[in-house]
Parts: sequence; structure tokens; C-alpha cells
Amino acid sequence: MSARHSTARSIAAHAILILYTVIALFPVFVIVVNSLKSRRAIFAEPLALPTRETFDLVGYRTVLAQGDFLQYFQNSMIVTCASLFFVLLFGAMAAFALSEYRFRGNALMGLYLALGIMIPIRLGTVAILQMMVASGLVNTLTALILVYTAQGLPLAVFILSEFMRGVSDDLKNAGRIDGLSEYTIFFRLVLPLVRPAMATVAVFTMIPIWNDLWFPLILAPSEATKTITLGSQVFIGQFVTNWNAVLAALGLAIVPVLILYLIFSRQLIRGITAGAVK
Amino acid sequence: MGALTLSNVTKSFGATEVIAGVDLNVEHGEFCVFVGPSGCGKSTLLRMIAGLEDVSSGEVAIDGARINELAPAKREIAMVFQSYALYPHLTVRDNMGLALKQAGTPRAEIAAATGKAAQMLGLEPLMARRPAELSGGQRQRVAIGRAIVRRPKLFLFDEPLSNLDAALRVATRIEIARLHRELGATMIYVTHDQVEAMTLADKIVVLRAGRVEQVGRPMDLYNDPGNTFVAGFIGSPQMNFLKAGSLGLRSDLMGIRPEHLAISAEAGQIGGQIEGRISHVEKLGGETLVYVLTEDHGLLTVRLFGEHDYAVDATVWLSPDPARAFHFDADGLRLRG
Repeated sequence: MSARHSTARSIAAHAILILYTVIALFPVFVIVVNSLKSRRAIFAEPLALPTRETFDLVGYRTVLAQGDFLQYFQNSMIVTCASLFFVLLFGAMAAFALSEYRFRGNALMGLYLALGIMIPIRLGTVAILQMMVASGLVNTLTALILVYTAQGLPLAVFILSEFMRGVSDDLKNAGRIDGLSEYTIFFRLVLPLVRPAMATVAVFTMIPIWNDLWFPLILAPSEATKTITLGSQVFIGQFVTNWNAVLAALGLAIVPVLILYLIFSRQLIRGITAGAVK
Repeated sequence: MGALTLSNVTKSFGATEVIAGVDLNVEHGEFCVFVGPSGCGKSTLLRMIAGLEDVSSGEVAIDGARINELAPAKREIAMVFQSYALYPHLTVRDNMGLALKQAGTPRAEIAAATGKAAQMLGLEPLMARRPAELSGGQRQRVAIGRAIVRRPKLFLFDEPLSNLDAALRVATRIEIARLHRELGATMIYVTHDQVEAMTLADKIVVLRAGRVEQVGRPMDLYNDPGNTFVAGFIGSPQMNFLKAGSLGLRSDLMGIRPEHLAISAEAGQIGGQIEGRISHVEKLGGETLVYVLTEDHGLLTVRLFGEHDYAVDATVWLSPDPARAFHFDADGLRLRG
């Protein structure tokens, strides 16, 4: 094949990807742009960039003046980070057990754990609510963390167990002969080698949790436990909506998740397996 | 000390039996090679000795003490793997010292042991590097060094040369032989390469389908194989097997090594000559391999020393040296005398 041909292919591929990026980023762009404009300008020309006359930070001022917003942010951060931590920890441990040890019912257990990918957890909302009421966890962040951990585990176990099967048996066996405990083998040898897979799972787990409105609304709607997505709803009224504030709140909500994504995507790309085994 | 005894050791995965009753004695200081085609169970057997696989029945003992239930780290063994299996996050020094560190050895002692092993293997300039910064041959030397540092009773090698290129393989083979002489330790070595087996071993164990076919010194196996499998597996190029019936012999199968077949361009007066057509000639400089297609016996290999010119498609006559022939019965068992 000539180089020309592959250049044409790569241009076509890039064109498609760029088009997709533009489409995907467009709503974000509109939100960010309009959050910086006055209310009148938002409705007059929604797609225009803010100019000297239309530039207005009233939305951000309103959001920050509502003192609770920092609290909402904090709640979202706690819930997302804690859930993520437990999903990765328990998911990786279960995946290690499934991929490393031969025991009766291993395949069945794997299938059972993967079943959660196909059944949406929201179908169980009523039962979950009853459980949380019974255990007195309603209106606590713990309730959200528990639910999101359960929600994230199936995919985490599924992806990580596939990756862990790929980790060299020789390496684990070398550790056993050198007297490392199974926990050391798991934390020091296996986990670093599946770090790219952990990052993938982290990104796929984190974004739905951060964006979720359903469970915060049902399980933790109190002022002290509101998450950012739920908190933004206060500006959407039945008759009047403070669009400046809504857009500013949403604009701000993007920032932490963007930072988390950037942290993990570095790991996504960095492969450290080179040199471990041939 | 480091004498290994296997008594009626078996291993099954569910209903499949991979090791079917192996009995073996390896003396202290012996270099023992397990050899066989892939899937014969040689690696599984090694992993059972290491404690990485459970033993289904039978007993594994080092110096007479049963070790079936002992964890791998407590067996005083060291293992070198085909894929090197170095810890990617540790330097060469830490890779080599990890086992001693885990065992709670004082730091000075660890430094002395790693230093000595590094000196033996010429690894001193590499001690601060990580595995990713080493070449394949260097990684394998580090893996061997990691084994030496532990001063184990038993060294286990699982196809350690398979990932190296041909030149490095020969060099490392010689290095392993030298280490065996210097350390005087018991070594168990698994390979599918019969050249490695022949060159390194004091004792070769030929395995097929989880059973021991024959145990013996390399030259004993070469000169006195017990059956067609061992005869065909040991020696390169492979032994030729002729249908003895058509040659007027009492046995079923006659084995003759390629160097014991004489080749001539015209029919002679001696009996037992086989007519054939040359299908391919390989000139290796020091020797020439002639592949001859015959009607009764299929493709036969003739090994001639030095350079020879033979034309493909030419008709030739082969005569086996009757004094060097091996005779086998219909089941492939050797008929002696």
C-alpha cells in the first residue's frame, strides 16, 4: 500500500473523530459560553460568544452567594471518590480471586457478578429505599456510597478479571517462591500491572456517579447531603428558571470531574508493563 | 544437601490425569533434565516440586523429608522462569535480594549474598537498573542471580533459554553448566530441546503424556533407548525408522540413526539396500543432510560429514549399518540381543 493511501485514510479517520468531538463538546461549549452572558443575551443569541456588552458573571455570583454550593460540591466529591475507591478495591480483589484461584463455582460466580452489568440498579430503587429506611441510612452520604459501589462493581470485576488473566503467572509464582504473601502479590505485583485497566474502570465508574440525579433525589435529598447535580435543581423553578445560575452551576460541576478524568487518563496511556516479562 | 525423591506422584485436573505416577530419585549435586514434547507434563511436574501446584497423590521429599504440604517459600528451592518474571518495580539489586529480605535476613548479609551472585554472573554494572532497562539475556542472568542468592537446596529451571536467540542460548547454556560445577547444587531443568538436555544433564528423564518413558545418562539414552519414543526424541536429526519386515528381519521396526546410513549412487552387491530418490539436500558446512524418499519407508535422513554434492531427484541406494541398528517390536518396545 502506498503512503498516499494511508495518508488519505488517516485524514478521513481524523475528520470523523474531529466531527464526533465537535458534536460531543457542543453542549458543553453552549453551557460554558452562556454561563458567562447576561440573561438577556442568553435568550437573544444563545450561540454567540460573550462580548464586552453581554459579558456578565451574575450566574457565578448567584451560585457562590448561595453558601451551600461549596457543601454540594464537597458532597459530590466525597460520594464519587469514596465510591470509586471501594469499587476499585473490591472490584480488583474479586477479579483477582476469580482469575487466579481455581475453586468450585468459579465460572458461576464470575457470571453472577457480571449479571449486574445487564440489570439496571434503578429497577431495585424501591427495595433499596426500604433497606436504607430500615437501616436508618436515609439522608446520609453513606447510603449513596453503598449504592454506587454496588452499581460500579459488576463492570469493574468483569473488566479487571479479564486483564488480570493476562498478568504473567510466572511473575506471581516467582513472588510465591520468594515468600511474598498473596496480599503483597496482589498489591505490589498485580495491581501496578493492571493500572491502565484500573484507570479505564475508574473513568467509566466515576462519570455516571458524578452526574447521577436519581439516587441523590431519592436517598439523600436533605440540604446537608445534596450533591451538585441535585443542588443545581434549586434554580429550576416551576415558573421561572434562573438560567444564569443553572448554567454557571453546571459549568462549575464540569471542573472537578474534568480534573479527575485528566488524572486517570494519564494512567490510561502510560503502560508500565514493559520489562516485567518479555 | 539437596536430594529429591518423588514417589508415585500423580496430578489430575478434574478427570484428566496429567501426571500418572512418577517415581524418581535425584541425587545431591545432580543436574537432572526433564525433557519431552509440549504437553507431556514436564512443567507441571516441576511446578509440583516447587509447590505451585498441589500434588494429587504420592509424595515429594527433599533430603528424605516430605514437603507436599509446605508452602513454596519454605521448601528452600529457587526457580528460574521462561519469562524471567522479574519484579518490574524493583532494581536488579532488590530483585535479587527480595527473598532474603522476606525471610528476615540482616541487611549486610543480603548485600554480601547479592554482591557475590552479581560477581559470578557479571551483573555488577547493572545493579541499580530496573528490568525494563535490561536486554533479554541480561534479564535471564538476573533471574538466575535471584535464584543463586537464596542458596537453595534445589534449583528449578523452567525452560529458561526458550526466549533467548540462538547465540545467546548457547552462551547461557554454557554459563548454567559452569554455575552447576561451581555451586555443586542439585538442579532440575525442564526443556523441550533435546540438545539442551544432552549437553547439560547428568541424568535425563524423558516424559510422555505424564509418564516417565526412560531415565538415564545422556549417552545411555542415546546408545540404548528403551523404545521408539525415546529413540526418536533423543538425537538430532531424528532417528530413521524402517519397516523391518520388508528388509527380511525378525523385528517389526528397525531404528537407524542418520549417520549410520551409507549412501551410494549405484546399487552394490550387499543385501538390504534401499532404493530411493533424493528429495532435498541441506548443506551445513560441517555436515550434509540428504533427505531420501523411499517407497517402503517414507522419508529417510542421511547424515554425511563434510561437504557432499548430491542432485535433487537423483536415484540413490541406502544401506544401514546392521551393527548400529536398533530393533523394536510392534508396540515400539526395544528388542535387545
